[in-house]
Amino acid sequence: MAATFQQGGIHPFEGKDLSKDLPIKVVMPEGDLVYPMSQHIGAPAKPIVQKGDRVLVGQKIAEKGGFISANISSSVSGTVKAIEPRLVTNGSYCNCIIVENDKKYETVEGFGQDRDYTKMSKEDIIKAVEEAGIVGLGGAGFPTHVKLSPKNPDQIDYVLVNGAECEPYLTSDYRLMLEEPEKVVGGLKVMVSLFPKAKGVIGIEDNKPDAIAKLEELVRNEDRIEVCPLKTKYPQGAERQVIYAITGRKINVSKLPADVGCVVDNVDTVIGIYNAVCKNIPLIRKIVTVTGDAVKTPQNFNVRTGTTYQQVLKEAGGFREQPEKIISGGPMMGMALFDLNVPIGKTSSALLCLTRDNVAELEPSACIRCGRCVAACPSNLVPQKMMEYAEANNVEGFIGINGTECYQCGSCTYVCPAKRQLTQAFKHAVGSAKAFQAAQKK
Amino acid sequence: MSDLLNVSSSPHVRSKDTTASIMRDVVIALIPAAVFGVYNFGLRALMIILICVASCVVTEYLFEKGMKRKITIGDYSAVVTGMILAMNLPASVPFWMPIIGGVFAILIVKQLFGGLGQNFMNPALAGRCFLMISFAGRMTSFAVEKGNALLQGAMGIDGFSGATPLALVENAENSKAALAVADSGVDVLQMFLGTTAGTIGETSVIALLIGAIYMIYKKVISPKIPCIYILTTLIFMALFGGHLSTGDLPIFLFAQLCGGGLMFGAFFMATDYVTSPITPKGQIVFAVCLGLLTGIFRAFGPSAEGVSYAIILCNLLVPLIEKVTMPVAFGREDEKNGK
Repeated sequence: MAATFQQGGIHPFEGKDLSKDLPIKVVMPEGDLVYPMSQHIGAPAKPIVQKGDRVLVGQKIAEKGGFISANISSSVSGTVKAIEPRLVTNGSYCNCIIVENDKKYETVEGFGQDRDYTKMSKEDIIKAVEEAGIVGLGGAGFPTHVKLSPKNPDQIDYVLVNGAECEPYLTSDYRLMLEEPEKVVGGLKVMVSLFPKAKGVIGIEDNKPDAIAKLEELVRNEDRIEVCPLKTKYPQGAERQVIYAITGRKINVSKLPADVGCVVDNVDTVIGIYNAVCKNIPLIRKIVTVTGDAVKTPQNFNVRTGTTYQQVLKEAGGFREQPEKIISGGPMMGMALFDLNVPIGKTSSALLCLTRDNVAELEPSACIRCGRCVAACPSNLVPQKMMEYAEANNVEGFIGINGTECYQCGSCTYVCPAKRQLTQAFKHAVGSAKAFQAAQKK
Repeated sequence: MSDLLNVSSSPHVRSKDTTASIMRDVVIALIPAAVFGVYNFGLRALMIILICVASCVVTEYLFEKGMKRKITIGDYSAVVTGMILAMNLPASVPFWMPIIGGVFAILIVKQLFGGLGQNFMNPALAGRCFLMISFAGRMTSFAVEKGNALLQGAMGIDGFSGATPLALVENAENSKAALAVADSGVDVLQMFLGTTAGTIGETSVIALLIGAIYMIYKKVISPKIPCIYILTTLIFMALFGGHLSTGDLPIFLFAQLCGGGLMFGAFFMATDYVTSPITPKGQIVFAVCLGLLTGIFRAFGPSAEGVSYAIILCNLLVPLIEKVTMPVAFGREDEKNGK
């Protein structure tokens, strides 16, 4: 029996067949590369290069701008052309470093050099992760070095690798687990070495049986690492749901995984840790699934960060049919794009091009109180009531029914027969509620 | 890339179910009972059904038109209200009564309180109860008009008219006749099939079950509320309704199960989304309350029926039930226990 979470969850159309069978293809960037200073949760990074500077592949070009922040490295060699605000994925303008690619791909000294993590101190390992600018690549972008330095490392008894990939259409983690499984295990071994009491568990949804088999094979002789098949159900890959499925422990919005003895990282993040620690390669590449019914050849691409979506789309053969909607990320939590000329950053996971926009086709109508949202909510909330408070701008009421526990997985909105924009309202309401709570603390 | 792209907040995909598709499924589920009603009570029953549906839909359309609101008759919810109202009426009522019932249900109970999703009690049931109180005689007389055989249907041909089986059970107690239930004129097989007197849609348990299974299969309703409701009623009747029965307890309970509006009420009215709790625990509390009230009305009330009033009363309790049965958020169980 595959492990899973009990309350809520949905089964949207998976769409993974489109892109899952072709191998990851390497894309060489064309044109300038754009590095936004905010590709993670926390303070923006601070540029440490100037216009006109020559930079190399793997060179740190921006430094973390606070405790929760991350470094940024150049993915090409070339010249810094400008440091200016540019349009980024979320539709806003963000300060970016623009590098003109000289196509020589000269690397910094020591780039790609093998290192034996067993001979490194824990501090050095964490420092290497920090230097490499590794952040949570599942989408949230939480700086990984912070995650790896909990208050009591001895109390961590689980290091979880999240290979659920529950978002429909996305297959990048799946391809990585098939093509680079030894790096997943390698990265996990590095992580487990930081926590003396910890067991490493790789959680994978059971719609990826070949990935499960491959990793099980690899960890057969590892006594501290195992693979845990997870039931295919959205949002199985949400941090709280993964922790619960594998360990039976529960966290809420006020707790970190470390509070229940867990460190959770996505598959690609773990590979990032492996590259940073064992190969001395910072985070300069991203696996992006280009898919959807509007794309000619849906496939996964190994892209240097800073490349535009426009170019990756060209690699996939462009459009087969004119899309109505283009999404950065998956259909459940991704962001709709109005311009493809935005850079691929650390947390970009997919470019989904759909010929039909489900949302525009269906007009929201009155709530009929059918309760499907309640049944679908993985956080055991009552979205119907949250919506009443959100629409009335009643922040205290919203907090009173634990509305801040909502992490906007979109399940309630997916199932709503009245097609109400619940998640959209909750994004706004959770923001207001958190601001309200912060103001009250003062 | 000159074409404009759509932009909206996530999620970008939606399930196929819509309000209209759900309501359409309820209409489909009501068809077996309606067809049986027409077979049982004749074409007059069909007329009542059509008048009910038409009066509900027209009222909704005219009100929304008059109020310059969006016309929502396309969501089939008024059709469902009309069908359920018709199922709750005897075929013998004069044709103006379903019109009054339909207008009351849609105008007073549904639209004046804000339209779909805002009504505090089941509109169809409120319409029925309104008619019950206003025209008690006509609403409880199940006699089929004499005349055209086609208009009379199976019931007319059988010549069976008058009291419903459940009323017969109650009368057996009233007259203190030491008769077994089966002897009081109740044939349980007839009750299961539905060839008895009663309102248009409530008599045939088998037809209602077909509709209920369809709705459960289509995931329109969960069997939770109906099953708990029916079970509670039967347990209550077994414990406290014994004075109504001097015969075989299983047969008595089966008569209670099949008789009156219990089956229809449990599957088609107690499960109404708008007027039942949205919280999982609240649904259990709601169903138990329904069962207890139905039992009390049936065992100790003056009439044999109790389903309609039980559901309407419990509809009013829904906000309160929801308030005390809010689920505990994931990861916050300890806080709750710590309090």
